[in-house]
Amino acid sequence: MSEYQLQEIPVGPYKHLVSERAISGETMILNMGPQHPSTHGVLRLVLELDGEVIVNCIPEIGYLHTGVEKNMEAKTYLKAEVMTDRLDYMNNMGNNLAYVMAVEKLVGLDVPERAQSLRVILTELQRIASHLVWLGTTALDLAAMSVFLYCFREREIILDIFELVSGQRMMVTYFRPGGVWRDVPVEFESAVRNFIKIFPKRIDEYEALLTKNPLWLDRTVGIGKLDAATALQHGVTGPTLRASGVNWDLRKARPYAGYDQYDFNVPIETKGDTYARYLVRVQELRESLKIVEQALNKLPIGPVRSENRKFVPPPRSELGTSMEALIHHFKLWTEGFPAPKASIYSAVESPRGELGVYLEGDGGPKPYRVHWRTPSFDNLSVLPKIVKGHLVADLVAILASIDIVLGDIDR
Amino acid sequence: MDTRLEKIVQVLQEKTGATFEEFRDEVHVFVDAEKIVDVLTFLRYEHDFALLSAMTAVDYWPKEDPRFHVIYQLTSLTQNLSLQLRVPVNGSQPKVPTATGVFDVANWREREIMDMFGIEFEGHPDPRRILMPQDWDGHPLRKDYPLGYEEPQFTFNFEEIDLRKPYVKE
Repeated sequence: MSEYQLQEIPVGPYKHLVSERAISGETMILNMGPQHPSTHGVLRLVLELDGEVIVNCIPEIGYLHTGVEKNMEAKTYLKAEVMTDRLDYMNNMGNNLAYVMAVEKLVGLDVPERAQSLRVILTELQRIASHLVWLGTTALDLAAMSVFLYCFREREIILDIFELVSGQRMMVTYFRPGGVWRDVPVEFESAVRNFIKIFPKRIDEYEALLTKNPLWLDRTVGIGKLDAATALQHGVTGPTLRASGVNWDLRKARPYAGYDQYDFNVPIETKGDTYARYLVRVQELRESLKIVEQALNKLPIGPVRSENRKFVPPPRSELGTSMEALIHHFKLWTEGFPAPKASIYSAVESPRGELGVYLEGDGGPKPYRVHWRTPSFDNLSVLPKIVKGHLVADLVAILASIDIVLGDIDR
Repeated sequence: MDTRLEKIVQVLQEKTGATFEEFRDEVHVFVDAEKIVDVLTFLRYEHDFALLSAMTAVDYWPKEDPRFHVIYQLTSLTQNLSLQLRVPVNGSQPKVPTATGVFDVANWREREIMDMFGIEFEGHPDPRRILMPQDWDGHPLRKDYPLGYEEPQFTFNFEEIDLRKPYVKE
């Protein structure tokens, strides 16, 4: 007999979460993850199974906990921004935006028009990139390999645009309090126009592969139904909520960064199953592209950073000639700028839902408390409710359809 | 302040004697720990604050007493309003009644606060740590929990930094 046997995990710590049949040994407790390819990161699921049917599901998170909130308390407002890229690594621009908007709200800083438009273009491109990764990996989980390759091909174009503007493909830190890091290079417009030209056809290709594919329909229609009331009780936001028929999008409800100037729809589906969540995200790809095109068409000319030197470093060209510029530069990068002793909550619509930042200052140059209200955390908490009674193979589809990012959950 | 929000705050003041603060159009209402479940139920069912957007805590050690604030960020989708409730909690035996009966999302959010701040939520159905390992000592987001590196000491601030070192307290 081999010494490596399949082992059931002890029921002890989960006694209050499993059914009585697990304690008598009638059902099986099985471990899934934390290194399972279909859990989209280091997520561990403890499953109670009756044959192949899920009786209970207990998510165990924290394997990617990096203490970002604690670390940010020890850094100045400017330096802490670098950590925000690492939270939700599929939505780096969006995290930057959430953070800089919180800082701007706390200290009362203005942002020039051009910077606002650039922020909209780049966060919408980021939303497309994030949804592409979601679409690719979800299709991969459901054994449609080719979609994954096509999605990553298009995502590459977006990452190249990010590299063009910030020098980095993923950890961009491009938005800064009071504007953006520096103006975009001249190649930016043609690069984005090129993407706008080719991408609609590519969405049609994905849809041709999936939307009416009988295998895809078999795996997604009616799987993992989530009704609106349960979703709201669990704080679910973003496309997952909109697929359950709730019209709530912070870009429409509380427009920020000039979203009220653009004409776009918020896709809604009412079924609340895995297929509805797929449809919402695919339609969002088209809507985001519409916003990018409109913003690019009326991209204003002008400064990209606020002129308020107490919060925004002066341009490099002034350092050699202006004493004040040198002093401001020195003060900002050594001591940082002070923020009032007050707290604010500011939220943006990330590809996964409401990404909120609770930011509290204490009058000094470092944040007193930063809390990240991350959408994946709340979205995952609804999983145990919607997987009950489904097969293990469907769990993979449901988990993929709520689009979690573990860096976003564990922070 | 929005007039609809003003009315709600007024009702809360009459019902519970709560005080409020305003900063950059955000309203923070201070509620006692014993009344928090009633207030949440009232706002959830009477005023349609259906979404508990965020829930967190702040540690004001050693400057302020009570030491903690537990924060509930509520959103009403139908009225497009936001309201923040803050519950001051004593530092010696921090306890707040659980809100899991009103909002399901409070389950994980309260586990996180329990884990990070050591605030107990009475009646919580699943009081385990959520982010840190189950056998972890201490609560990382408390202000007296060291960040994990040592501050350099110089002759002019040697004693000041020495006081902050974790071994001093033992």
